[in-house]
Amino acid sequence: MNRFLLPLSIFVVVVGFLGIGLTLNPREIPSPLVGKAVPDFSQPQLYDREKVLSPADLKGKVWLLNFWASWCNGCKTEHPVLMELAKSGEVPIYGMDYKDQQDEAMAWLRRWGNPYPIVGVDEAGRVGINFGVYGVPETYVIDKQGVIRYKQIGPLDPDTVAKKIIPLVKQLESQ
Amino acid sequence: MIPEIGHFALILALCVALVQGSLPIYGAAVGNSALMSVAKPAARTQFLLVLTAFGCLAYAFADKDFSVLYVAATSNSQLPLHYRLAAIWGAHEGSLLLWTFILTIWMFAVTLFSAHLPEATRSRILGVMGLVSVGFLLFMLSVSNPFERLIPAAPDGRDLNPLLQDPGMVIHPPMLYMGYVGFSVAFAFAIAALLGGNLDAAWARWSRPWTTVAWCFLTIGIAMGSGWAYYELGWGGWWFWDPVENASFMPWLAGTALVHSLAVTDKRGGFKVWTVLLAIMAFSLSLLGTFLVRSGVLTSVHAFATDPKRGLFILVFLAIVIGGSLALYAWRAPKVGLGGSFAMLSREGMLLANNVLLVAAMGSVLLGTLYPLFLDALDLGKISVGPPYFDSVFVPLMVPAIFLMGIGPLAQWKKASVPDLAKRLKWAFGVSLVSALTLPIVLGSWTPLLSLGLLLAIWIVTTSAVGLRERLAHVNGNSLVERLASVPRSYWGMLVAHCGIAVFIVGVTMVKGFESEKDVRMNVGETASIGDYTFRFDGAQDVVGPNYTAARGAFHVSRDGRETTVLYPEKRRYPVQNQVMTEAAIDPGLLRDLYVSLGEPLDDGAWSVRLYHKPFIDWIWGGCFIMALGGALAISDRRYRLAWRKQEPAVPVPTRAARRKVA
Amino acid sequence: MKWVMLIILCVSGPAWAGEARPLADDPVAEARLKHLAVELRCLVCQNQTLADSNAPLAEDLRREVREMIAKNMSDQEIIEFLVSRYGDFVLYRPPLKATTTLLWVGPFVLLTIGATALVITLRRRAHTVVDVVVTDEEHRKVEQLLAEGGKRS
Repeated sequence: MNRFLLPLSIFVVVVGFLGIGLTLNPREIPSPLVGKAVPDFSQPQLYDREKVLSPADLKGKVWLLNFWASWCNGCKTEHPVLMELAKSGEVPIYGMDYKDQQDEAMAWLRRWGNPYPIVGVDEAGRVGINFGVYGVPETYVIDKQGVIRYKQIGPLDPDTVAKKIIPLVKQLESQ
Repeated sequence: MIPEIGHFALILALCVALVQGSLPIYGAAVGNSALMSVAKPAARTQFLLVLTAFGCLAYAFADKDFSVLYVAATSNSQLPLHYRLAAIWGAHEGSLLLWTFILTIWMFAVTLFSAHLPEATRSRILGVMGLVSVGFLLFMLSVSNPFERLIPAAPDGRDLNPLLQDPGMVIHPPMLYMGYVGFSVAFAFAIAALLGGNLDAAWARWSRPWTTVAWCFLTIGIAMGSGWAYYELGWGGWWFWDPVENASFMPWLAGTALVHSLAVTDKRGGFKVWTVLLAIMAFSLSLLGTFLVRSGVLTSVHAFATDPKRGLFILVFLAIVIGGSLALYAWRAPKVGLGGSFAMLSREGMLLANNVLLVAAMGSVLLGTLYPLFLDALDLGKISVGPPYFDSVFVPLMVPAIFLMGIGPLAQWKKASVPDLAKRLKWAFGVSLVSALTLPIVLGSWTPLLSLGLLLAIWIVTTSAVGLRERLAHVNGNSLVERLASVPRSYWGMLVAHCGIAVFIVGVTMVKGFESEKDVRMNVGETASIGDYTFRFDGAQDVVGPNYTAARGAFHVSRDGRETTVLYPEKRRYPVQNQVMTEAAIDPGLLRDLYVSLGEPLDDGAWSVRLYHKPFIDWIWGGCFIMALGGALAISDRRYRLAWRKQEPAVPVPTRAARRKVA
Repeated sequence: MKWVMLIILCVSGPAWAGEARPLADDPVAEARLKHLAVELRCLVCQNQTLADSNAPLAEDLRREVREMIAKNMSDQEIIEFLVSRYGDFVLYRPPLKATTTLLWVGPFVLLTIGATALVITLRRRAHTVVDVVVTDEEHRKVEQLLAEGGKRS
């Protein structure tokens, strides 16, 4: 090959990568926890501080864990989608109220509706750190054995729910 | 009405640019003088049109015309006038207009200083610059129009990002762009030479001053950006290896290599092919920087608001301009001759070895910057490449480059001899080694890196001294002053620029080795000491600025009981964007900076405070300014001044020699 | 004399003005935190280290790291803790792995290729250029060089 073509070939490769780069989101960080056991926690429940929410109690079923907060804008965008999904009864969504005030969180759920059978409280953000949460909302799909199967970063939208979450849940249910 | 005039001027400028980018190049190809003569007036008209557009946007800002979307998005009625004007380049659209405006300034400069160029060459150069301009004008007019109207008009603007409300904003971007875009001239020269097939030593001589000027601007632009980050971001760092910083640093490295390679081509006619490639590279990297900043493919502190449509446009533009040039290069370069001969160990050889190191360094920065993107595109995971990586690969590449920097200027052209060089440099080496080993101990702490840094800096200075001494022994003149005056400016330029590097290295080394910081909780009247200085906190007061409110702390600084200064760091709140800014207070000094930044208010009037003592930090930027000064000295050399006035590209030797004697 | 003054000042210092307390309870642990945090990336920020960022998550993570330091965990363990949750993305110094080999050796490969290319080209040139007759152009150059004040250096 002509050595004078070398710069051009390198450039073509770089442009190819830059082109692919345009379709990617550099802020979305894949979780190393997918495929691993769900980190254990035992957090007080929002509506009953005496009781706890813990993955151990949810073994044997497929469930979603949704990190949210009343101060988070993306959560409001996502909320109708969660309400819809909860209504469909496809899969239970457990909530984790992340770094929030109890009264504000309750007021928020009163106002926009409550899709969660149980909401845990993570006041200090520790559970969030164990889940590798770096921005709310984030949603995890957890299978019957307590293994994380999928992580949604940012708000769920109807399309993702229909094309990713529901088929995945169905498949995990049948296992 | 005014914004429409600006918009219309841009459309006209695009038409002119299309003419400028086609007719003269075609004319040069077929030897049609009439077509070629279009280039000069077209370039000047384009300059005036873009100037008009720029003026219109400036007017819209000055006039607080919030019916212009861009004005409403980046300024506010409370914003002081100078920041409203700086807001012209405060975001994507306006900064593109600045880019284009500066491109036309350079074009205009080429029309002024190209009387000595053959007509075909000049036409091609202006044609190529016109084509680059077409791309930017199209970009603005299609997806980034700064004159887009907002109807109905906004009652007030959303304000300029408070981070950008700083004197640095007024001057740093224009400087940086002067540098980036300045490389377009060297690029256009290179493409013109490839198109015309007349890649000769004259080409290198013409390109040299243009490249040096652009390089000076870029050096100053980068230094100012770094200094700005230092005092504005409030955590005392001066270089973060952020993708956007890297985007400006890569053209600088390529440009530095180009400046040196042009010297070889100019003097010896050698390595033309390589020099042309560097000229293409320097400008390509400037364009790549534009892409990286505006497309959102990388996460950066400085990135503009991003939009994939814009990213795609620049990428296509990039592919056409750079791809086209490199294709032209691959086609034409094999036919270029070799030039004069020289041995591996010679001034030329060392300049080229230095080129290899600079380009390897540039490649490393490029690799580190784009690597996360590569992995992500191949779905191999997400990683971060940050300062620890760049520090560990950059230093080993720069150490030999700086070592060569000491030897190169002393080596003869064509062929140098090792024993001779060793003899001439032995005391320089001895002095550097001994002082590098002992100085840190005298200063109180010895680390290998500290010694290495000082070794390199002293090496540059001592070898420069040796070079100058030898040079003085060979020039005419009776007194020392006379002799100093008869050393050519270009030689002074080189010495000064190299010593600028030495000053820069001293700054970096001393800051890394001796800086200290303290995070303290300070109540009114309490003191904290750092590096011989005692800071007494005299409480914080509320102050009101033109478009912000602030808590302003007062710190009495004393040393050995004597008051040094009073520092007033601020914590500002800008209500429009509801943003809190930490405005550090700095007492700069030749040997140290004292730096105070206010953290958060704590209970009963106390504040969390961060104090820094930064020895020699101003040498970092001082070094850069000295480098740029060296560049300025080099272009003020007599032969360029003569060349501007001459019709012929090369001055006949006898006259030149005679003039020199007379002078 | 100066010495005495200094000592008096130092001794009497706290009497007339309190010496400010460090913000951190344990400055040694804080120094270790800083040392670790400058190489860690704040996940929510644009591009900032954990040490520089004021984002709430960065504060939480600093708290977490402080606790681990208090528990006497090694740097390695602390980094593993973070990587197992956030992946290699948190590390500003990418670990050497199959996928990052090119990143780490690349610069030196580039240098080697460049240096080899330079040596080969210069050798080849030395062969091809040797017997060229001195052209007018070159002749002129030599003269010019001579004229420019005996540029020996």
